[in-house]
Amino acid sequence: MTEFDTLGKARDELERRAARRGWRPGLRESALFDRNVIHEIQRAAREGIYDIRGFGAKRAVPHFDDLLFLGASMSRYPLEGYRERCDTDVVLGDRHAARPLHLEIPITIAGMSFGALSGPAKEALGRGASEVGTSTTTGDGGMTPEEREHSTTLVYQLLPSRYGMNPDDLRRADAIEIVVGQGAKPGGGGVLLGQKISDRVADMRDLPQGIDQRSACRHPDWTGPDDLEIKIHELREITDWEKPIFVKIGATRPYFDVALAVKAGADVVVLDGMQGGTAATQEVFIEHVGIPTLSAIRPAVDALQDLDMHRRVQLVVSGGVRSGADVAKALALGADAVSIGVAAIVALGDNSPAYEDGYEEIATSAGFYDDWHEGRDPAGISTQDDALAARFDPRLGGRRLANYLRAMVLETQTIARACGKSHVLNLEPEDLVALTVEAAAMARVPLAGTGWIPGADER
Amino acid sequence: MRAPDDDPVVRTVDLAATPLREVNAALHAVENGGPRRWRVLNPRGAHAVAAGIDAPIEVDVEGHVGYYCAGMNKRAMVRVHGNCGTGAAENMMSGTVVVDGNASQSAGATGRGGLLVIRGDAAARCGISMKGLDIVVRGSVGHMSAFMAQRGRLVVCGDAGDALGDSIYEAHLYVRGDVGGLGADCVGKELREDHHAELRDLLERAGVDDCEPADFRRYGSARRLYNFHVDHAE
Repeated sequence: MTEFDTLGKARDELERRAARRGWRPGLRESALFDRNVIHEIQRAAREGIYDIRGFGAKRAVPHFDDLLFLGASMSRYPLEGYRERCDTDVVLGDRHAARPLHLEIPITIAGMSFGALSGPAKEALGRGASEVGTSTTTGDGGMTPEEREHSTTLVYQLLPSRYGMNPDDLRRADAIEIVVGQGAKPGGGGVLLGQKISDRVADMRDLPQGIDQRSACRHPDWTGPDDLEIKIHELREITDWEKPIFVKIGATRPYFDVALAVKAGADVVVLDGMQGGTAATQEVFIEHVGIPTLSAIRPAVDALQDLDMHRRVQLVVSGGVRSGADVAKALALGADAVSIGVAAIVALGDNSPAYEDGYEEIATSAGFYDDWHEGRDPAGISTQDDALAARFDPRLGGRRLANYLRAMVLETQTIARACGKSHVLNLEPEDLVALTVEAAAMARVPLAGTGWIPGADER
Repeated sequence: MRAPDDDPVVRTVDLAATPLREVNAALHAVENGGPRRWRVLNPRGAHAVAAGIDAPIEVDVEGHVGYYCAGMNKRAMVRVHGNCGTGAAENMMSGTVVVDGNASQSAGATGRGGLLVIRGDAAARCGISMKGLDIVVRGSVGHMSAFMAQRGRLVVCGDAGDALGDSIYEAHLYVRGDVGGLGADCVGKELREDHHAELRDLLERAGVDDCEPADFRRYGSARRLYNFHVDHAE
């Protein structure tokens, strides 16, 4: 054990004791300098480098929770729950591709790399998604044979790093997703710390073993939407115009970015809000760059409608989707489907109290664990350590994910039927009201009980 | 080097008359039986010419091409008798791509194998993020060449522009002329005997017979950016 490990363990013990002491009357915590802020200042003073972590934004921002559905009543006619038909299928990418994706549910699995996740965890995502008829997505580390085998529908990402990129995998994929950015870090590239650069991960990425990998943030062979159009054309040529081409963007200027993606020829636009997850990113990036998912959807839909492309170029929304209610709200605001990342990992067992002893060993606790970049995940999901990864059963994980997706679909249908919709894509903004002025302005639906949509005159 | 006009086993296609889609589809289907030698006439700056081939065939492109010519090439020998736009032979896997003229920026970007020969100059970002490809440029390369280059060899017989090899990993860089400046973490390195041999082999395979390995200088990673610097002030 090195001196630093010893010091680290001593510090962990001090923090555990402090946590046990807790609050008592007379101790007034500063709103500005609360315990987390003090901890972070002192960590920075000790290490001289920014904090890196996984998960997504933890701060509260206006979100789907700030919206409510009105449901049917005198003026609208509901459908019988659980019995009357309420369809959930979606087609993604039928604008140019000979083989668009036909998904049975409007919830897909977002890109997560082999490297960030263990092989068995990727397998579980494939198993779960395939069981309910939806897609998974590769990540910043290439496609593994295991992943291809276990995913009926697999979206292959083309990222700035191009790690492992090759034409055989392009042809093996069911769709191609050009990643311009992600919600957790619009304008930033991937990060994978040395602890997770195993021999296999290093080999797949053509990198030295054990380095702290920081991927490129810009694509190496195109700059801007005019180039992107030519890049998309090349990918279509290489794959003989079979595959739908997705373009994924982090939510910053969604109106313009979506319009440019459509102009460049995207079949599908994936829009990831600031709450979108990450395997490893600077905390300052996660919490301070990008805009909330809720605020990004309407401008994105505006762009599609202005170009007469709404429903012709599909919009997939991600970033903080946790339940059928979130799915229904995203669809009602104009999305064609949603994508989940963190929620899928949690469904597999991440942050489960069942691993509390393991979390305590690394000075965290179930419900708080976000150091996915360290590769010490007690649940065996965000790790490249064979012993930890072996704790995770991909069959059980897949079953859990499938169940979670089924439950979300049932919830989405419950809401859609209550609003009288025979397809979940028939949900519309008129079905919604907002609980807060902020959410009303962002989602452009009335504040509950009023007809007031702040800023409605300005578009 | 080029296929003769009257060779009966050469298939000639004219992009002035045949859509690019049909030409590329035919080049992709050649493994199922078809000519091993092709001539593509009148490319006239088209993008993605001969992209995505996976067969041991020879293709002569008679004229200038746009972006991503021979993109992701596998096994084929593609010769461009003209200049190339952005991203020539991007992400090439294997085979050989020869550009008789100049290449625009990002030539050989992210290439993972094979050999790219540019007889003229290459613009900015030549060999950006290269991952195992070998590139030989008879002329000079522009700024930020070999940016984040991970693996493979870049040989420049002329000069290199600013910020050569910025954030480079394990790629080997050889430059015969002047270097405008080295990028972050890129440093000059000793040219040892094994490097002479490597260089001689690359020049020979590229058909460059007027440059001596001893006239080159080698550059590579100082490896100071491989890991974050974390202090432990306790």
